[in-house]
Amino acid sequence: MNAHHSVSRRALLTGGLATGFLLAFHLPLRAAVNEPVQPRDTTDGRFAPNAFIRIDEAGRTVLIMPQVEMGQGTYTSISAVLAEELDADWSKVEVQHAPPDDKLYGNPTFGLQVTGNSNSIRAWWLPLRKAGATARAMLVQAAASQWGVEPASCTASKGEVAHAASGRKLGYGELALAAQGQTPPKDVAVKDPKDFVLIGQPLKRLDTPDKVNGKAIYGIDAILPNMKFATVAACPVFGGKVGKVDDSAAVKLPGVRKVVVLDDVVAVIGDHMWAAKKGLEALRIEWDEGPNAQITTKDIWDDLRKASQKDGAVAKSDGDIAKALASGEKFEAAYELPFLAHASMEPINATVHVKPDSCEIWTGTQIMTRVQSEAAKAAGLPIDKVIVNNHLLGGGFGRKLEPDMVIAAVKIAKQVDYPVKVVWTREEDIQHDVYRPVYRDQITASMVDGKVAGWKYKVAGSAVLARWLPPAFQKGIDIDAIDAAVDAPYDFANFHVEYVRAEPLSVPTGFWRGVGPNNNVFAVECAMDELARKAGKDPIAFRKSMLTKNPRMLAVLAQVAEKSGWGQKLPPRVGRGVCVQPSFASFIATVVEAEIDDFGEIALRRITSVVDTGIAVNPDTVKAQIEGGLIFGLTAAIYGEITIDKGRVQQSNFHDYRMMRINETPKIEVIVVKSGEAPGGIGEAGVNAGPPALRNAIYAATGVALRRLPIDRKLLAAGKKA
Amino acid sequence: MATVLTINGETKSFDAPPDMPLLWVLRDILGMTGTKFGCGIAQCGACTVHVDGKAVRSCVLPVSAVENRAVTTIEAVGNTPAGAKVQKAWLEAEVIQCGYCQSGQIMAAAALLAATPNPDDSDIDAAMAGNICRCGTYVRIREAIKQAANGRQS
Repeated sequence: MNAHHSVSRRALLTGGLATGFLLAFHLPLRAAVNEPVQPRDTTDGRFAPNAFIRIDEAGRTVLIMPQVEMGQGTYTSISAVLAEELDADWSKVEVQHAPPDDKLYGNPTFGLQVTGNSNSIRAWWLPLRKAGATARAMLVQAAASQWGVEPASCTASKGEVAHAASGRKLGYGELALAAQGQTPPKDVAVKDPKDFVLIGQPLKRLDTPDKVNGKAIYGIDAILPNMKFATVAACPVFGGKVGKVDDSAAVKLPGVRKVVVLDDVVAVIGDHMWAAKKGLEALRIEWDEGPNAQITTKDIWDDLRKASQKDGAVAKSDGDIAKALASGEKFEAAYELPFLAHASMEPINATVHVKPDSCEIWTGTQIMTRVQSEAAKAAGLPIDKVIVNNHLLGGGFGRKLEPDMVIAAVKIAKQVDYPVKVVWTREEDIQHDVYRPVYRDQITASMVDGKVAGWKYKVAGSAVLARWLPPAFQKGIDIDAIDAAVDAPYDFANFHVEYVRAEPLSVPTGFWRGVGPNNNVFAVECAMDELARKAGKDPIAFRKSMLTKNPRMLAVLAQVAEKSGWGQKLPPRVGRGVCVQPSFASFIATVVEAEIDDFGEIALRRITSVVDTGIAVNPDTVKAQIEGGLIFGLTAAIYGEITIDKGRVQQSNFHDYRMMRINETPKIEVIVVKSGEAPGGIGEAGVNAGPPALRNAIYAATGVALRRLPIDRKLLAAGKKA
Repeated sequence: MATVLTINGETKSFDAPPDMPLLWVLRDILGMTGTKFGCGIAQCGACTVHVDGKAVRSCVLPVSAVENRAVTTIEAVGNTPAGAKVQKAWLEAEVIQCGYCQSGQIMAAAALLAATPNPDDSDIDAAMAGNICRCGTYVRIREAIKQAANGRQS
């Protein structure tokens, strides 16, 4: 197999810089993170051995977070990894948001300060352990030299260095100043996992105590002296502009301060959000709708279906696919996924104060440095004059991998001399998102002796990476869109994956929690169920027969079968469906049990998921992410669709872009397998699992082989046949 | 003319148009940011506060409607017996992910427990179905409400 015919994202991301793959893209290189990167200033009495650890003379241990906290629990997990190797006193650990700095805090996989792709722990696992171990070694050296003993005769634990032979002990606070003067050891050893005391424990999250009493501060909660409030309306047609604005009524309203007209957005600034909203409603805006004003969802699907007939760029080709497809029993299916909005509970927002020579931003973002550089451009200032203060994110899900809200807020704030908090209404947030693209995934397979002999999988859809990280788009292949297509878990001797880039008319596309594997896992697992039925086999037995070379997947699948009661008798119109997935270097098998009533309404009865994510830094967080990820994915399967008419998004708020609610949520059991393998990703994996497992449960219950999402209830009413 | 409200037992006096929703008074005039904006149309529950002990959506509640009534927000719900139990159970069950909706979830759960000390699943569904959690923490919300009701000690 030709090397450049296997550009899976896993290869890219697990190989990372070491393979030279990213180097070829000319991405910025980062400093080794275990080297001292702060000025070694001893005047403030702090121990600052690297970019992540600060210990003051009182022993207060502040850990600086290179990744952002958007609910996934990474602040606690990252802290546990650092504190483990530092042998810190966990009760003294505090966390701080990192400032923008790719050199210090760039994600080792991307070379950018980005939180995404479920890779915080995977990317930082070794660098942070080394950073912690290096700091610990310096504290031990400081104590040993004070006592005149060999460092090797000292031990560290819970924020103290001890010398057992003499019974002496010193706390990290007492050692801070002396440790700052130590030379960091080169290539320090990290712990044997059997000695972990924090990693692997269900530690209580560090961010949640302030989230039960209203004290937690999200970007939208920023308050500054003399701050005003703004809200916006963008041209409802993608690509459209502002035409004429009549603000005569708006400016007379109490509390309205200013109307700002930009190229494609109108903003009203007021004394509070209510005044801004009332002001915006009172404007008479004529939009210059531009060339996209007649586009409909149907146009976009017609285009995508046509594009998907073309031959794609070959991402992987093993064996002889043409020969394999020429014999045996033939199967062909296309699976289609809709546009989706992110709908984070915290609507997009940014607070900005532009002064003649500086710009300061308060927001919650997944891309600190990109926000800084984009804000600099919008403000017309050098990057070093832009300060970005990050916050907790009220959900990210990929929406906050974009800087658009900050750019717009800077342009608005430039018009005034006071700080402005710009908050999008839910309607504007949903109608001006970057959407999970529509995808059409075609699978052509042949079966011989009840097993897949040939598997040809063509993905057609938007290349999000081509826009977001252009150097990563190579040879016509979007490695995100085909990620779990090339990494299919099964033994298929003749295996061929192609990608057709098809950008939807006018609709901006972006990363959405679960990313590329959402379309891949759905298509593969739906097709596997249809093939199992053709072969007359049980869906789990059928999968197992092709997982013999994948012991971790086989093990989670066997366990989920047992825990879910797979094979036990069910009432009519109740079914179980399975999904296995190799996403984000985790191995997960899930069974959904669902009932479909005579009108086609779906009731989830029970979900069981078995997860092998390697070493689970915090097993309770792993469980929580799978529980929540399942709901996120099932919400999309049951309700999620953004549609376009007259160039506009037709949905606007939670009444027509619906979310699953507590009354629709079944019992969910998540079993985290003990493993010594390197940690996998977990924040998005549950999202991938829900839709195919539910779809396969419906298939088992009704015989209807759904091939589109969201689920069309009309196809499921009693009496409908497959 | 100044509007006078009793919020968390304190008297607050401020200028606001009578139709201004309580949510924006809390957040933008009084600087009490624990109560969250999610949808603006009473669809998501992120803005839930108590008025005379009942859970209401502050995003559609004109400030003029709550004069002379007792408003409690997330900042002070821990001073009520039900609120304190709910906060404790929330942390024990590690309910929270991003946390943005959780002020509203906790206010809704505290009102439920104050009125129905031992809720069953259908009581929980009825009281909590108006609160969306995009992180999908519903399984743990249910568990935490039951823990709070049972007064289980850790």
